[in-house]
Amino acid sequence: MTDTAIEAAGLGRRFGRRRAPALDGCTFRLPAGRVCALTGPNGAGKSTLLALAAGLLRPTEGGITVLGTTPAAARERLAYVAQHKPLHPQLTIAGTLRLGRDLNPRRWDARVAERIVAEGGLDPDTKIRALSGGQRTRVALALALGKRPELLLLDEPMADLDPLARHQLTATLMADAADHGTTVVMSSHVVAELEGSCDHLLLLGSGRVRLAGPLDDLLAAHTLVTGRAGKALDPHTVVESRATGRQLTALVRPAGPLGDGFQSDRPSLEEVVLAHLRSPDAPPLLLDRRGAAV
Amino acid sequence: MVEYRIDRRSGVATYVQIVQQTKQALRLGLLEPGDKLPTAREVVEATAINPNTVLKAYRELEREGLVEARRGLGTFVRKALSTAPADSPLRADLDAWAARAREAGLEREDVAALFTSVLDAHFADFKGDA
Repeated sequence: MTDTAIEAAGLGRRFGRRRAPALDGCTFRLPAGRVCALTGPNGAGKSTLLALAAGLLRPTEGGITVLGTTPAAARERLAYVAQHKPLHPQLTIAGTLRLGRDLNPRRWDARVAERIVAEGGLDPDTKIRALSGGQRTRVALALALGKRPELLLLDEPMADLDPLARHQLTATLMADAADHGTTVVMSSHVVAELEGSCDHLLLLGSGRVRLAGPLDDLLAAHTLVTGRAGKALDPHTVVESRATGRQLTALVRPAGPLGDGFQSDRPSLEEVVLAHLRSPDAPPLLLDRRGAAV
Repeated sequence: MVEYRIDRRSGVATYVQIVQQTKQALRLGLLEPGDKLPTAREVVEATAINPNTVLKAYRELEREGLVEARRGLGTFVRKALSTAPADSPLRADLDAWAARAREAGLEREDVAALFTSVLDAHFADFKGDA
């Protein structure tokens, strides 16, 4: 067993020579047992990163290791659910789960898979092509969790789920993580959706890592300050600042006490992420498990 | 047993909400010494929050001496919590202070802001996590 679920070093991926790389120079480490939110705007490279970790794509630069080995060698121990949830349309739900059992003979846990399907009130004899998008997501997650993976890679898993299904399936994922220490990586461009269930964050922008580390530490590293416009904010790192009339509002990484004349508040995850997306030139912040910058 | 209600829009960190709600249950007598807290799995199945968040809250309660983890059995309440009684000297001091603030012409919100800033100054370490 390794204590690292995913490690990327200078990881890059190009699709065609003329186009800007989808991923460029990504270096980060995701400790095992974390539930990681992978977020960023459309086209940031989230899906590319997940496909590289799943071994479905090869890097064009740098490297990625998964569960201490190559993605190909780790394939049995990881499960990947792609954004479009590819399932065989002509199979029934029961047939799909049987296929899961046959493909994963040593790891398959039929009870887990069947419970997830039953929770959604789905009849096992229904064909996949007759299911709605959200129901298909449920079957795809049943197939992924039935495999008892050590690492679960989910590309936009919650996008087409209704609020009840979203709550149920998130709870199921969290319970699985509590029981087995499963590492989960979930991508979404809706940050608020991930806030309660994730304890680690990876924010991508234009193919690069902008923020990486434990969620609490990343939040604690930022402060939302308001004060009079014109007051100097150095030596703090300013991620974003705006002046409205006499008022200055800024998101900073404090280098020490802020001093008088500033009111400071703790930002929400969404405020931290949005400030970084609006300020593409703000320096990246990578924190390791012990909270130290790397 | 206690059931946690997580408010994602409150701005209060999730683990702090669990700590606060456990303490509130202790104050109200909904939890008594010897009672078992729900397991991390039970909490996450009901609330869909991260299991490490629950464990972090329980560690904090343990650090404060309110609960203890018994290996393989679960987390149990050690101590009851009581609020400062209505006739405590602390309350009398605060009462007199609030009366002075009002005489000085402060509005309710001014007083609340002042009180919060003094609280923050004295309990800075906890504010950092709140």
